[in-house]
Amino acid sequence: MTTTQSAITAPAAGTPAPRRRRNTGDLLVRYAFVLPAVLYMIAFFGYPIIKNVVMSFQAYDFSTFFNGKAPFVGLDNYAATFSDPIFLRALGNTALFTVGSIAGQFVLGMALALYFRRRFPLSGFLRSLLLLPWLLPMIVSAAVWRWILEQDNGALNAFLTGIGLIDDPIPWLTSSDTALIAVIMVNIWLGIPFNVVLLYSGLQSIPEELYEAGQLDGATGWKSFWHITLPMLRPVVSVVLLLGVIYTIKVLDLIIGLTGGGPANATQTLATRSYEMSFVEFDFGQGAALSNILILIALAFSLVYLRANARAAKNG
Amino acid sequence: MSSAPWSAPQHSAAVVPGGPRRPGRRDLLRAGLAVPPLAALAGCGSGGTSGDPNAIRIVDYYNTPADDVAINGTFSACAEELGLTFSRERVPGDQLIAKVLQMGSSRTMPDLLMLDNPNVQQVAESGALASLEDYGLTAEGLTPAVADLGRYDGTLYGIAPTVNTIALFYNVQLLEEAGVQPPTTWDALRSAAEAVTTEGRYGIAFSAVANYEGTWQFLPFMWSNGGEETDLSGEGVLGASQFWSDLVRDGLASRSVVNWKQGDVMDQFKAGHAAMVVNGPWNIAGLEADTPDLEWDVVTIPVPTAGGEPVAPLGGEVWTVPLTGDEDKQRKAAELLKAFVAPENQLFMAGERSTIPGDAEAARRFGEENPDLSTFVEQVATARSRTAKLGPDWPRTAKAIYTANQRVLVDDTDPAEAFDEAARTVS
Repeated sequence: MTTTQSAITAPAAGTPAPRRRRNTGDLLVRYAFVLPAVLYMIAFFGYPIIKNVVMSFQAYDFSTFFNGKAPFVGLDNYAATFSDPIFLRALGNTALFTVGSIAGQFVLGMALALYFRRRFPLSGFLRSLLLLPWLLPMIVSAAVWRWILEQDNGALNAFLTGIGLIDDPIPWLTSSDTALIAVIMVNIWLGIPFNVVLLYSGLQSIPEELYEAGQLDGATGWKSFWHITLPMLRPVVSVVLLLGVIYTIKVLDLIIGLTGGGPANATQTLATRSYEMSFVEFDFGQGAALSNILILIALAFSLVYLRANARAAKNG
Repeated sequence: MSSAPWSAPQHSAAVVPGGPRRPGRRDLLRAGLAVPPLAALAGCGSGGTSGDPNAIRIVDYYNTPADDVAINGTFSACAEELGLTFSRERVPGDQLIAKVLQMGSSRTMPDLLMLDNPNVQQVAESGALASLEDYGLTAEGLTPAVADLGRYDGTLYGIAPTVNTIALFYNVQLLEEAGVQPPTTWDALRSAAEAVTTEGRYGIAFSAVANYEGTWQFLPFMWSNGGEETDLSGEGVLGASQFWSDLVRDGLASRSVVNWKQGDVMDQFKAGHAAMVVNGPWNIAGLEADTPDLEWDVVTIPVPTAGGEPVAPLGGEVWTVPLTGDEDKQRKAAELLKAFVAPENQLFMAGERSTIPGDAEAARRFGEENPDLSTFVEQVATARSRTAKLGPDWPRTAKAIYTANQRVLVDDTDPAEAFDEAARTVS
């Protein structure tokens, strides 16, 4: 923005007389360009967030929609949220889900990105196949995975028993011990394309000379990965991880589609619980309180992201 | 990692080396696009009072072709007779309540609104519905429990032209081969299930999923065992939960019941993975279409001891007249509704949609004409409304019930412990 500004005002500097008029005109034009975006932000981001915050201090329920009455209840909704026995479980599940998903997506995504760095026949084609999970509507993926993970007739158990890895079918989605793991597995599958695409494009920008120089100094294989690839990739890695966290922490559709938060709340996260509160129990006040907590957590990570981004821009 | 994957490369463009972000044409376009919706926002709120005083707006969730044709045909005939016109909006089933809330807050309620019966009391409590008795509609002739579906605080707010319930479907061939009779008691159900359970096939399947369907399927077991929704930690409720739990623990029913909705349960039946299933008449059409060779029959849901009365929950949709502020329209909508729910229309819609007429006399006739559905007719006669006792509090209790059953079936929690907590959450 700053560069454009000076670029526009610079020619005007030599001619003092029309300067003022032209500047105000410029200013108006500039604001006119910014205005739609500002209005858009206020209407579609600012208003909902403020409304959500206000709602979390109100008894906002089913009848509110008809009679418009939403009495102010102070911190009651937050108190109810924190004393809800499912809250702690949902918080823990959210942490496990996020950490597990990100770790899996990142490691596998990095491995695949490195693999595709080498050019080989059909590598472009295979790389585009990797994007497939992205192209499928989430609800379709969830439905298909529900079949695959089915305990008695699912493909995964049939495969695992077939190759003799397990004797008894694993109750992937029907036991509270495995359901969260299964949901994380599916989410890793979904997240790999995102990681591969970003990491791969990051790898492209590392100059080949660095590796050649490294080779002369004896840095090959793992050494070159640790001392050349990873440091050069750091800005991209931090973005991938932070965006991953922000996207993963609020995943709702996948969990609703796979388990609905069950069995017995084993896959309940802050996002699913908030949805349940608002749209199943119609306690929109408490649902809003819960989602505000979620927003705060995501916001914390967003700030880290923005700072990292600014630093990367300065260095780059 | 899930939503808005498209936005990821965009955000990252700022840091991926070699890709400085340039405000492109798309950004300008997006900014420009923001304005029209705002203008549109300002336009709403004035209320959707359409010009034609004889045009009735209807909202329902009848989306399947069979339902749609039957409902539309009936409304067409009735509207023509009364000199009215109508327009129907079909909403996806699981989004109806959200839609109702939206319409409620924007004062755009339709003239006729269909509601799933467990929600009627909640909506009525909010003061959004007109009393039907004010317009001369009564519950006369309806099976008493069906009349209850549309009542709140003694006032009639809605009428269900047809209703449904659940019963036990069984695979005739499998039971015959095993030499067992269709079960009528819990003991008989267990031994029949034992007799037909083999590798790759369970004796019985039902839905214990973590939503209202799971509770709906549990109710016949709970009620016929003397359990009450007002006493969740009572013996009757615990016994029924234990019965389900034993079926799963002993391998007569799959552990997957905790994840199966009723459609999934029917799929198990079609695929031959379950010999008996708890299900409803709305799935019969699909069953016959997908597996025409499968020979099946239906009995009422088995009861704890011989001679006990099966008590099943009543399902079905209730038609209401929302308060729109247009008294004349409300009166006309009520007239249309009155014609729509006439017994001969009930018979027609019941036949087309495999449901049971709400009118007691029509139901009796329907049972005679449709022996296939006679079990459901019988079950409906003694069925109970889910909201008769708890009214608007039912949804909360229903959630407590399915949550407790999940704990029992998934974690082998003792029913007493799970339902004690359920009772606490609703108290």
